[in-house]
Amino acid sequence: MKQLKSFIRKEFYHIFRDPRTIMVLFFIPIAQLLIFGTVIKNEIQDIHIAIYDQAKDETTQKITNKILSSGYFILEKNLENINDIESVFRLGKVKEVIVFESDFGEKLTKEGKANVQLIADASDPNMARLAISYTSGIINDYVKKMHPNLQLPMQLEPEVRMYFNEEMKSAYMFVPGVMALILMLISAMMTSISITREKELGTMEILLVSPLRPMQIIIGKVLPYLLLSIANAFVIVLMGRFVFGVPILGSFTLLMLETILFIAMALCLGIFISTVAKSQMTAMFISMIVLMLPTILLSGFIYPIENMPEVLQVVSHIMPARYFISIIRAIMLKGTGILFVWQETAVLIGMTLFFIALSVKKFKIRLE
Amino acid sequence: MIEIKNISKSYNDIQALKEISLSVEKGELFGLIGPDGAGKTTLMRILMTLLLPDSGEAKMNELDVVKDFKKIRHIVGYMPGRFSLYQDLSVEENLHFFATVFGTTIEENYDLIRDIYYQIEPFKTRRAGKLSGGMKQKLALSCALIHKPKILILDEPTTGVDAVSRKEFWEMLKALQQKGITILVSTPYMDEASLCDRVALIQKGTILDVDSPSRITEKFPRKIIQVHSEDMFRLIQDLRSFPKAESVFAFGQFVHFTGVNDEVEISELDKFLTERKHTDVIVEEIHPGIEDVFMSLQSL
Amino acid sequence: MDKIITVKNLVKKFGAFTANDHLTFDVYRGEIFGFLGANGAGKTTAIRILCGLSTPTSGDIKIAGYDIYRETEKIKKNIGYMSQKFSLYEDLTVSENIRLYAGIYGIPSKKAKEKEAELLEKLEMESARKKLISGLPLGWKQKLAFSVAIFHEPKIVFLDEPTGGVDPVTRRKFWDLIYEASNNGITVFVTTHYMDEAEYCNRVSIMDAGKIEALDTPGKLKEKYNANNMDEVFLKIAR
Repeated sequence: MKQLKSFIRKEFYHIFRDPRTIMVLFFIPIAQLLIFGTVIKNEIQDIHIAIYDQAKDETTQKITNKILSSGYFILEKNLENINDIESVFRLGKVKEVIVFESDFGEKLTKEGKANVQLIADASDPNMARLAISYTSGIINDYVKKMHPNLQLPMQLEPEVRMYFNEEMKSAYMFVPGVMALILMLISAMMTSISITREKELGTMEILLVSPLRPMQIIIGKVLPYLLLSIANAFVIVLMGRFVFGVPILGSFTLLMLETILFIAMALCLGIFISTVAKSQMTAMFISMIVLMLPTILLSGFIYPIENMPEVLQVVSHIMPARYFISIIRAIMLKGTGILFVWQETAVLIGMTLFFIALSVKKFKIRLE
Repeated sequence: MIEIKNISKSYNDIQALKEISLSVEKGELFGLIGPDGAGKTTLMRILMTLLLPDSGEAKMNELDVVKDFKKIRHIVGYMPGRFSLYQDLSVEENLHFFATVFGTTIEENYDLIRDIYYQIEPFKTRRAGKLSGGMKQKLALSCALIHKPKILILDEPTTGVDAVSRKEFWEMLKALQQKGITILVSTPYMDEASLCDRVALIQKGTILDVDSPSRITEKFPRKIIQVHSEDMFRLIQDLRSFPKAESVFAFGQFVHFTGVNDEVEISELDKFLTERKHTDVIVEEIHPGIEDVFMSLQSL
Repeated sequence: MDKIITVKNLVKKFGAFTANDHLTFDVYRGEIFGFLGANGAGKTTAIRILCGLSTPTSGDIKIAGYDIYRETEKIKKNIGYMSQKFSLYEDLTVSENIRLYAGIYGIPSKKAKEKEAELLEKLEMESARKKLISGLPLGWKQKLAFSVAIFHEPKIVFLDEPTGGVDPVTRRKFWDLIYEASNNGITVFVTTHYMDEAEYCNRVSIMDAGKIEALDTPGKLKEKYNANNMDEVFLKIAR
């Protein structure tokens, strides 16, 4: 125990004495959060739209006014023919077309449902997705206010169905993503680098010939980064809450437990990487290419998984971050409990166990 | 204290050690002398239980290097080839860390390291990375000794260290030997052989000879003639063209000459060189050094 | 004899620290000059200046007749450099390495081809022409590295600890090459902290704490300091 304690203290010395490590640990998370928070704007502005109003009644007029006065949209053109839709898109300026069916208002009051079609230009999927969710939000909002007794909300039939992703309505989707990214970075990359550094320096040779057991070396390496990662997770959640106003609707304890699980998974992955990589360079390379990029691109952090080509959708299943992000989104934004995320949790636990087993098996007591 | 029997080891298709056998007595200062790539490090790593031999067996203090690796790690101190301490930890922190890792304290074994450590103690708060080469080495040695090992294994401790520090280091080793520690040290410097009790000359994974340094040179049967002249390049060329020359190699300011048989006389060479207009000619017979022996064994 | 390197009052300061303190020495054409000193004595700083990689704080320095402040490009064309740590690309073949250096120094490809054949014949390495450097024995690598360093026929070649750690026979064969180069008029400037390497030089200078403390032939230095070998000379100066 004393050995372990002194090992951990040594690890902390390494961390706090290396300015680069400090940068990666404390400034990069905050910087990333701020960058993603401000650059990846999940907000739209001045989107040019066209409206094909077949009903031209009071209701559609009011809805149109509502949409145009929201400040997000500018009416480019009123269409008179269904065939104009395609041509107006081709011109490029119009990003979204709203189609009201004929007798929209009447149907709505009588039958309690009416159809509106939202068609968006998918060449900029992110924007299209946002435009549609904003429009449908506004329409729903209006209908609810006008007909509070209506049981069913108005049925929308957006053409670009794949963009309809209710969760995407929130403007702060990036917080869970950044969290996954940063925890992955710190946990996996930093542990793998710190172990391979000992190999490079030759100190691993001394550690191996000492009475330290492999498990002590592993725990000694992992524990400091586990603590730092948890601290980081706190900072991110708090910044999300107070700087960007991201709510935490679900249980905070559950959120933290899931986070610790993800960190543990990433740490084990880091150890595994270090058993494969011989130098810090290789460890960094593997972490970057194999972990970072896929985490950004394939986990649903920036690009919705539903939008990906099928092959990538399949690949995304092996991305631990995918499960973590979906768990965190569910807890933070939907307020769901463990019952709704147990499957994802189980997958993460499975991955953790897998990498622990693999690392312990591959961690050598000798140099070969 | 150390028993090595028929140890072989290969990496892929390169055979690093070929059936090596060797024994080191208790309390001996034993030198493994050979160039880079001779297999010194591989042999030491096998003894340190860091590598598994392909065949053969080795015992350290009666403990098998494969089966009893945990016990061996408690009784052996090891200094790997490169400086292997934490550069970002201070002198004191390094020593303290290794003491705790081996389940001991600096105070407990201070006696053993005192003579070495007191020289670097004034710098104990300095980061190890900022120490000079000689001081790093003293710290590394202190760390290797902190658990009072019975055997000390040092892999090229004097490589890349200046002459002053090298000399001091060998003095420290002698002092440790006095305290009853068995020491196995490797070096590429032939001139350090004379500082050991016994040496093994090792080349390309095989042992050329094992004996005390003086015996190694005494039993060397060949006659070596040392030659000097102003023009080194021409001297070497001319001597090589001498009909009865076997080997002609530069040794600093001199050339060491061995004839095909040992009948070449000094006067013969003197005459030969004077005819070829060499100036400042010196020709004399000398006692062979370890390097002469090594070279002659090596070319076999 | 012609002076190929003249150094007068070379001073290099880093802030308050004086790395080179008024170094003054000459090196003659075709000489094998040993530049010795412990780690941190200021050797590396001085070498960098002599190779034109760094400018001195003050001092008059001429390398192969060129001024160190104004003509560094010309100096670079007239020097070669070989270090034990790095000289050849391990993942290129023997021939590719030679061609690379020939290219860097602007040797026309026809001439490079002839010289390459000549060189490989001399080193008895024709069979290894298309082999990767990484697979060659250390002795071959070293000889090739040296040959490549003087491939463009420089006036001076700088060698950084050229023979540390090699076996004694390989080392002698390497020195044979150095003697040959020196005989052909190439000045060989050897930096090392291995004192036994110093024994092979025509003259050696010994640096300590930024100053040159001794400069003479190994024989005279041993005489002066009443020492058996250069190691002892060095110990007496440095202590």
